[in-house]
Amino acid sequence: MALLSDLINLNLSETTQKIIAEYIWIGGSGMDLRSKARTLSGPVSDPAKLPKWNYDGSSTGQAPGEDSEVILYPQAIFKDPFRRGNNILVMCDAYTPAGEPIPTNKRAAAAKIFSHPDVVAEEPWYGIEQEYTLLQKDVNWPIGWPVGGYPGPQGPYYCGIGADKAFGRDIVDSHYKACVYAGINISGINGEVMPGQWEFQVGPVTGIGAGDQLWVARYILERITEIAGVVVSFDPKPIQGDWNGAGAHTNYSTKSMRNDGGYEVIKKAIEKLGLRHKEHIAAYGEGNERRLTGRHETADINTFCWGVANRGASIRVGRDTEKEGKGYFEDRRPASNMDPYVVTSMIADTTILWKP
Amino acid sequence: MALLSDLINLNLSETTQKIIAEYIWIGGSGMDLRSKARTLSGPVSDPAKLPKWNYDGSSTGQAPGEDSEVILYPQAIFKDPFRRGNNILVMCDAYTPAGEPIPTNKRAAAAKIFSHPDVVAEEPWYGIEQEYTLLQKEVKWPIGWPVGGYPGPQGPYYCGIGADKAFGRDVVDSHYKACVYAGINISGINGEVMPGQWEFQVGPVTGIGAGDQLWVARYILERITEIAGVVVSFDPKPIQGDWNGAGAHTNYSTKSTRNDGGYEVIKKAIEKLGLRHKEHIAAYGEGNERRLTGRHETADINTFCWGVANRGASIRVGRDTEKEGKGYFEDRRPASNMDPYVVTSMIAETTILWKP
Repeated sequence: MALLSDLINLNLSETTQKIIAEYIWIGGSGMDLRSKARTLSGPVSDPAKLPKWNYDGSSTGQAPGEDSEVILYPQAIFKDPFRRGNNILVMCDAYTPAGEPIPTNKRAAAAKIFSHPDVVAEEPWYGIEQEYTLLQKDVNWPIGWPVGGYPGPQGPYYCGIGADKAFGRDIVDSHYKACVYAGINISGINGEVMPGQWEFQVGPVTGIGAGDQLWVARYILERITEIAGVVVSFDPKPIQGDWNGAGAHTNYSTKSMRNDGGYEVIKKAIEKLGLRHKEHIAAYGEGNERRLTGRHETADINTFCWGVANRGASIRVGRDTEKEGKGYFEDRRPASNMDPYVVTSMIADTTILWKP
Repeated sequence: MALLSDLINLNLSETTQKIIAEYIWIGGSGMDLRSKARTLSGPVSDPAKLPKWNYDGSSTGQAPGEDSEVILYPQAIFKDPFRRGNNILVMCDAYTPAGEPIPTNKRAAAAKIFSHPDVVAEEPWYGIEQEYTLLQKEVKWPIGWPVGGYPGPQGPYYCGIGADKAFGRDVVDSHYKACVYAGINISGINGEVMPGQWEFQVGPVTGIGAGDQLWVARYILERITEIAGVVVSFDPKPIQGDWNGAGAHTNYSTKSTRNDGGYEVIKKAIEKLGLRHKEHIAAYGEGNERRLTGRHETADINTFCWGVANRGASIRVGRDTEKEGKGYFEDRRPASNMDPYVVTSMIAETTILWKP
């Protein structure tokens, strides 16, 4: 409709100082994103200057009906790629009226860990590789797959091109630009091994920002699939059989690892992670046991092992890091539906604060 | 979708210095193109200033899972016609972490030949005529052909126009402009003898650049067919029977052939090519025996012959070249699925370096 897109693309800055702020939060399942918008009197760039807000927690499984107000605290601002102009996206977390984080609020505990002086001193960087699958809307079957059947086996699709190998690139490419526009530190994208599966990477981002940016990147992705009429799935093993799962490999480094002698620090950190393998796995995403089988470039869920350039390991160290004696490592265990607040803060907690 | 195209066409230069670089490489089959993208902090025009990268060689048949990193060396930059702005396409070749070209990397050996002082002195020019066939996605039958049947016999289609004679021109014409935009020296296009088959020409380009430009032109073509929902085939004989095959005729000249007395140099060069006919044919593309039958404007695969204005010959010399006593000649043997790094360097090697 010519008229509808004219309206949706109105540049309000030509007529008013008012801006629209879309407040985003995580709902009761821990994976469902919610948002609503409000008008503000002028542009805002500091989250501390944004007003707190509230929502109906009884509609998201986060509060009882008789006492349903959940308070939203603004934590991070990004430019809104959908409304553009001076309009913004605001990542929030949720509190009771008394000021306590509600049970599903994982950001608050993560922020505590990231503000511990030992963690602050180490400047932890995160690079998260978010994999996801695009599904046809009415049948919940991956896009590009014949309904009632399967495509040819894996092989041609990883970084592939062509109408018979790459499905949904317009979503992926618009997501890439939208995230750059928004101010998300999106570092790249690629087509994945399973057809209809893609990956984007966010990072390096320091501390709590990694979780904020990944959640907003997920929000932008789901808003884009909404426009495109497809469904995004973060399920770690969307299709049973000889098809890859979806992960959220988390690359990690601290100041000590990035400096000379870092490789030894890395090895010690990996050792500590190995001692807490079960605890980490429990926090690395629901359904991960369907994905971490030891096949399809994963390590078995009950095994902890690490290696240089080894994609079948729990933790992989790149050849560059080995060669230079410093750098970062990749925790390949987290599932695509992991909560980045939980995973990033747990890795920092185990490697920096925890004493075996 | 109006909104999706707004996002995909975002001009990032308005909000950031960051650019997106799409790294392209050739996969394990020698014909499958792969690519993935990364964000860079600012515009880059010199390949030497681009960072090396790596990819998962175990997903493209180019490395084992326990040691899967393959290193990408950027070799040539082109403007990205899909993302536009300051965004770029980067043609790469692949190396082991130790710095050795991997077995499927044909560019490295070609670059060696093209940097030999005798070859450099001769300034070899290449003009490659890339033929290809467009297929309907679900049935892999040429576009415009009735499913389960055949169109009228060849005759009306070569350079033809009209909905009953030219199929897929929108793909061809957008490819033409996209390549010009990208900085590829595309010299022309035409509809081919078989309906649904087309040709574009790249050149003249000196030395290793001919291979780089042809591979990126192929990449742009397959990305465009992906958008258009059709499949591009580089098979040298896509349809059996009284239907033309698809070639990659390679036009060639050196400084000596372009100068006075060049015609004698050309005749000597053709003679040397004749002495190595079997070796060249072995490197001129898989399945070429189905195409080089002696019919449909080809010479039989076991025969080597040349002639002026003779399209049934292995090598054709144009009437202009004969008349002026200098110029270039056309090797008509290479198949559409040839590797231009191999073919261009082999022609230079045989005609300039090889002593019978």
